Amino acid sequence: MAKRESMTGNQVVAECMRQINPDVVAAYPITPSTEVMQIFAQSVADGLVDTELVTVESEHSAMSACIGASAAGGRVMTATSACGLALMWELLPVASALRLPIVMTVVNRALSAPINIHCDHSDSMGCRDAGWIQLYSENAQEAYHNIIQAAKICNREGVWLPVMVCVDGFIISHSIESVEMLEDDEVQRFVGEFKPRKPLLDVDNPVTYGALDLQDYYMEHKKQVDDAIQSSKSEILKVAEEFKKEFGYEYGLIDSYMMEDAEVAIVALNSTAGTSKYVVNMLRQEGIKAGVLKIRVFRPFPADEIREALKNVKAVAVLDRSSSYGTAGPLFLDIRSAMYEADSKPFITNYIYGLGGRDIGIDELRSIYEGLISSIKEGKPARTYNWIGVREKV
Amino acid sequence: MASLKELSKKQDLLSPGHRLCAGCGVSIVVRQVMLATENPTVVACATGCLEVATTIFPYTAWRVPFIHNAFENAAATISGVEAMYNALVKKGKIPKDKRIDFIAFGGDGGTYDIGLQSLSGALERGHRFLYVCYNNEAYMNTGIQRSSATPYGAHTTTGPAGDVSFGKKQDRKDLTQIVAAHKIPYAAQASPSHWNDLVTKVKKALNCGGPSFINVIANCNRGWRNDTGKAVEVCRVAVQTCYWPLYEIENGKLKINVKPKEKKPIEEWLKYQGRFSHLKRPENRHVIDEIQQIIDRDWERLLTLEKAHQSQ
Ligand SMILES: Cc1ncc(C[n+]2csc(CCOP(=O)(O)OP(=O)(O)O)c2C)c(N)n1
Ligand code: SF4
Repeated sequence: MAKRESMTGNQVVAECMRQINPDVVAAYPITPSTEVMQIFAQSVADGLVDTELVTVESEHSAMSACIGASAAGGRVMTATSACGLALMWELLPVASALRLPIVMTVVNRALSAPINIHCDHSDSMGCRDAGWIQLYSENAQEAYHNIIQAAKICNREGVWLPVMVCVDGFIISHSIESVEMLEDDEVQRFVGEFKPRKPLLDVDNPVTYGALDLQDYYMEHKKQVDDAIQSSKSEILKVAEEFKKEFGYEYGLIDSYMMEDAEVAIVALNSTAGTSKYVVNMLRQEGIKAGVLKIRVFRPFPADEIREALKNVKAVAVLDRSSSYGTAGPLFLDIRSAMYEADSKPFITNYIYGLGGRDIGIDELRSIYEGLISSIKEGKPARTYNWIGVREKV
Repeated sequence: MASLKELSKKQDLLSPGHRLCAGCGVSIVVRQVMLATENPTVVACATGCLEVATTIFPYTAWRVPFIHNAFENAAATISGVEAMYNALVKKGKIPKDKRIDFIAFGGDGGTYDIGLQSLSGALERGHRFLYVCYNNEAYMNTGIQRSSATPYGAHTTTGPAGDVSFGKKQDRKDLTQIVAAHKIPYAAQASPSHWNDLVTKVKKALNCGGPSFINVIANCNRGWRNDTGKAVEVCRVAVQTCYWPLYEIENGKLKINVKPKEKKPIEEWLKYQGRFSHLKRPENRHVIDEIQQIIDRDWERLLTLEKAHQSQ
């Protein structure tokens, strides 16, 4: 039976890892994800798991060890943030191209410079093209459910890809939430026994991992990664369906909130989707038809589902907690591209917000909705690319 | 001690048909190392000549499980493999008596320079693995650039000899001593010219129960500009001139394995190699003398160390 507990997001992630009991975990500290590994290390020290904890000397080695361990043939997990993820970057495409089912929690944090330890998505967005499945979590409860599902998605037949579960630094990682935790054996049963595929430790059947590909094979192998991640959509949904059947929680690629009749909508990732829902409740009381589209699965990108969800909306604001400097927000770019094929296209604007942990408040979200409403009234789109919450002069 | 007859009956675990250059010392080193293995072995390899030439898809020259991850992380990668082995033994998924050995190979670039952090971390953590640095003294795979293993006075493409330069201005880094400072149970230097010494060292290293390291000189005829038929000979002269001393540090005790009766002058070693040919120019004569001084100094230091260790 599920039990309710008050925990920080990091505690939830660490507790989830304890319940999963991975074979190998590699750890290197970086705020705001450090606590995950501290708590998990205590579980190792107390003998609550029989994980081999590899306390490496850098994130580069953390991901390197995860790759070695995963190729060796077992369940592997780690967690990091920001600069740590950036230092791993070289190896992220190695993990996906070698088809290694590693699960990594990314506690989202801004990239230097200036150095800043607070939340934004420049870290995970910076590696969105690395061939990893990316799940985003609105709160600690979802982070918990996402990690459990990720542990199953990653080694489903035909997937065999690493999965990144993103959680907002401090906002979720350090806030105490009431979370419904599953029993250890329920989690164990759901994630199931890890079945290795072509492990290095099968010494009687030697395999070579990480060969050199020249012009004659490289593209085929990269296409296989793309095929796997594209088709992982259906496996992600199947795992969600199994999760619903077992535990009653419903997950999709996207999460539509009050979208059935919405005329204006905000599209957002992670915790801001939650705040936006709160604002929508206020607006609905005022008779404004507002909605929120939360993207849970950012890679593979659910373009069809998003197009369908936004088809009757008149104006949409896509919120990005990072910028692809010199163009616009990464989520916005994907969404606007998806909408190109829509029969009727809503006005689409982009807001860059919350970099380095700057708060986005109810008033600002409200003003975004108001902007959408006035653009509908005026019959013309508002300025496409905007930064919100930035002082003109400092 | 291994007998040559016994070894010759063993299957080569690095098969023929790889694409290392003819006369490359690296394949000889790797063969000798692999011949010394007694248990099933998993190999990790850094990016470099060895890796690119032995694993061109859809072929592989490796008859053992093999993983290449990136340039600087062979030690961290094998750490992960070894950790998984321990986890699966603990969970009963691999029988306790099923011993598997772990070897990481890296060139000098991937070991002395960019991979030093990853190596240091893995040694400190105490994983049971052998790290073999095949030391051809430059970044060969990218076209003979200088590394911190490149000797004083050598010509490389990023430290070329020219009208106002005699080549590399700095002495080599002493990686074997840096590694030994990690207080691991076994560290050594070896040469393919002394196959028995090398094979014995690999066996010791794999059985030492913890991390071990062997730095093996391996000629690169492209980079050293030596005759393709002289791979073993040139390495032998490196030992005879005391340019590449063969020694081991077992549980903290240093022992020199080969003490040349008559230490050959360094010219003997230089003359095989085009990378030193500019030193023949009169204005560069001083460099040869300086190389000799460096070698003499290092050799004396090694003898002193050995004396100190053996009298402990
Ligand atoms: C991070 C990174 N930097 C640079 C390279 C390019 N690179 C590939 S192999 C190599 C040189 C390898 O030299 P070494 O380790 O001495 O091995 P060798 O080629 O001599 O066998 C370099 C610089 C790379 N693959 N990765
Ligand atoms: S370039 Fe040198 S090290 Fe590389 S394969 Fe050829 S001889 Fe060997």
